[in-house]
Amino acid sequence: MTELERYKYDVLVIGAGGAGLRAAVEAREAGLRVAIICKSLFGKAHTVMAEGGAAASMGNVNGGDNWQVHFRDTMRGGKFLNHYRMAELHAKESPDRIYELEMWGALFDRTKEGKISQRNFGGHEYPRLAHVGDRTGLELIRTMQQKIVQLQQKDAREYGNAEANIRVFAELTITEIIKESGKVAGAYGYWREGGNEVLFEAPAVVIATGGVGKTFKITSNSWEGTGDGHALALKAGANLVDMEFLQFHPTGMVWPPSVRGILVTESVRGEGGVLTNTLGERFMFKYIPEVFKDKYADNEEEADRWYLDQDNNRRPPELLPRDEVARAINSEVKAGRGTEHGGVFLDVSKRIPADVIKKRLPSMWHQFYELAGVDITKEAMEVGPTCHYVMGGVEVEPDTAAAVGVPGLFAAGEVAGGMHGSNRLGGNSLSDLLVFGRRAGMGAAAYVKGSTPVAVSEASVKAAGDRIQAPFTRVGGENAYSLHQELQEVTHNLVGIIRTGSELKDAIGKIAEIRKRSQNVSVAGDRKFNPGFHLAFDLDNMLLVAESTAKSAIAREESRGGHTRDDFPGMNDKWRQINHISSYNGSEVVVREQKLPALPKELFDLFDVHELEKYMTSEEIAKGGSN
Amino acid sequence: MARKVNLRIWRGDSTSGSLQNVEVDANEGEVVLDVIHRVQATQMGDLAVRWNCKAGKCGSCSMEINGKPRLACMTRMSSFEEGEEITVTPLRAFPVIKDLVADVSFNYKKAMEIPAYEHPADLGPGEARMEQIDVERSQEFRKCIECFLCQDTCHVIRDHEENKKSFAGPRFFIRIAELDMHPLDMLKNRKRTAQEEHGLGMCNITKCCTEVCPEHIRITDNAIIPMKERVVDVKYDPARWLGSKIRRREG
Repeated sequence: MTELERYKYDVLVIGAGGAGLRAAVEAREAGLRVAIICKSLFGKAHTVMAEGGAAASMGNVNGGDNWQVHFRDTMRGGKFLNHYRMAELHAKESPDRIYELEMWGALFDRTKEGKISQRNFGGHEYPRLAHVGDRTGLELIRTMQQKIVQLQQKDAREYGNAEANIRVFAELTITEIIKESGKVAGAYGYWREGGNEVLFEAPAVVIATGGVGKTFKITSNSWEGTGDGHALALKAGANLVDMEFLQFHPTGMVWPPSVRGILVTESVRGEGGVLTNTLGERFMFKYIPEVFKDKYADNEEEADRWYLDQDNNRRPPELLPRDEVARAINSEVKAGRGTEHGGVFLDVSKRIPADVIKKRLPSMWHQFYELAGVDITKEAMEVGPTCHYVMGGVEVEPDTAAAVGVPGLFAAGEVAGGMHGSNRLGGNSLSDLLVFGRRAGMGAAAYVKGSTPVAVSEASVKAAGDRIQAPFTRVGGENAYSLHQELQEVTHNLVGIIRTGSELKDAIGKIAEIRKRSQNVSVAGDRKFNPGFHLAFDLDNMLLVAESTAKSAIAREESRGGHTRDDFPGMNDKWRQINHISSYNGSEVVVREQKLPALPKELFDLFDVHELEKYMTSEEIAKGGSN
Repeated sequence: MARKVNLRIWRGDSTSGSLQNVEVDANEGEVVLDVIHRVQATQMGDLAVRWNCKAGKCGSCSMEINGKPRLACMTRMSSFEEGEEITVTPLRAFPVIKDLVADVSFNYKKAMEIPAYEHPADLGPGEARMEQIDVERSQEFRKCIECFLCQDTCHVIRDHEENKKSFAGPRFFIRIAELDMHPLDMLKNRKRTAQEEHGLGMCNITKCCTEVCPEHIRITDNAIIPMKERVVDVKYDPARWLGSKIRRREG
């Protein structure tokens, strides 16, 4: 065993996607020394997969847009389970975060006047998504990657060392957040390349590890989406909020099997694509829920006119929030009107000229042509729901992104909970990363400046090291690959898009059993770039996350956003006032109820009271807000 | 539906290694990466391979398939003949770490050598006005997913380790071109430094890089050749440089 590597930083950022990089830039610019941990190579994080755009009410395309409209759309999309303060900060600060990227070199698509162009997206009242074709996430991550390089170049000039104050540790996995005397002291992990262990001592840790999609069988997420940050936070004593809410993106590829789950951007619908079943019906008109009836067209003529005149027509129902569209597709397939591969058709070929499709949706054209042999300018795509995003996540203080209950711990981006309520609107993720990535960086910087670091004890180092060595000491134990597949079967079949109490109970038992067996995973080969070894640790995280999701799901006896209960259809006013808080007691996840903070009067008053009546109890309406 | 395929996988590390034969199932519609994953899950648990998005968007699963630099996630099994042997090896221009994983840190070092974007000091948030047609030239290069296949195939460094010191490679020529053509970037003389400091002159435009680019970026035609052509006449002409930037004031 090689010697332990030790580093000291002011702020350790775990995760190098949009939120992590934005946090790192902020903390560095506040004058602190920052380390960025990246499970993959630098610049490969899942943010690159975001296609549609970043929502920000700049009002460049429709001057009627402003933060209040964006705030309302976000709360509606989340079915009023969002933490109001996060939704408020997000709506207010997104435009500045987009402009900032432009000042760092990003090149967004333009309007005729030369401003940043904005596109329509599900659940957004106005064209709101700043975009670069359908590769907006790549632009965002590359811009911040290059911003970090710029900061390093500056340090190279000033200190003769590019890594003097900000360093990227690529292909490194963190296995543990270390606390001493009740606060964060650092983190421990291993280099994926050589398997040697690393200790980071840092008074503040920002978790920005993204999502949990790999817990599920059909997902748009890459291997990295294993809920590492969710699990690290739980084990460090933080809470997870509302883990029952998973977003199944309505349009994943369904064929061929090897690409099943890979995303088909919502922009396809934003640009005019329609969903049809095998009878040729444009079926979404049948699935407009009561709460959205005044905003969505109930006939094809009006829906089609909307693309040309948005002020005098209601939106096409293909642009309903994602949870509604996913459930509709699921119902069509169940009713026998799906394709032979279990999807429905999504077609732009009959509605947009081929050259426009290739210009506006270049990577979609490329993806279908190369992976499925389908030319989307000539034929329809086959699509179906895929596990895409987790709304639930680490419970944080909205203004500082500080994890509740763990001094020194911060969380931002997909791994944080609360912002999106029960369902996230498309486009609100990239802006979330920027707004709360920055706030986490600021929060961590302020914390570090006001606190005294504590040293990591040798006992903690030894315990963390022993845990990494454990799977190598076992022989003939369980295979991590097989256990992962078993877990995915359980979540897919029993904790998926439609849930029932009895199945969830079954799932909780099965997950516990797999978790028990996972304690006996053994690893073949040595530590050098060994995926079997890496999966053993990822698996542990996924199991904890799945347990939290299943336990939160069985407790919520209603259907709302990304949580649909066959045995409790429909929303329930009582449940709208409740968050589910998961914590870890050392052996299992425990879920309890916590009251959701009520909307303050000034935000309450942004809504038509008749709309609020659809979501709130008469007592809440009578109060008219919390102050 | 499944058929058996023969895969020859390079296994080893920086000290030694060899091709190993495996027989594995391939299903309809699969790509090379699927088959490698099946080998990993059933026969070689410690087989090292990089991958992320599995949709051709992140550029992680770069390797050489039958000697050609490719993304494993975008190489369909149906592109091989029945019974054809498929050989997968790590990127050859870079040192191997283990099995199919190469040490691509060379590229990150080169990225550090390219001067960053410089925003006009007088242009505040939201004030920039650019025409779509003007941003499109740079946008083509910003499609780059950093798979480094162009770097791997470029014979200036593929067979000449000694050139690595003074040659940034096609990926970074398009980075320089992107900044040079950026309507707002204020840094002068990017073309000249491309020539003098980053080895643009060593490229003899054989277009190998363009051929392997999974994003179909016209690296040679749209970045390298225009820079080579203009490097001399723009080199000492500040009026011309100013002209190339002036459009940002429009509209």
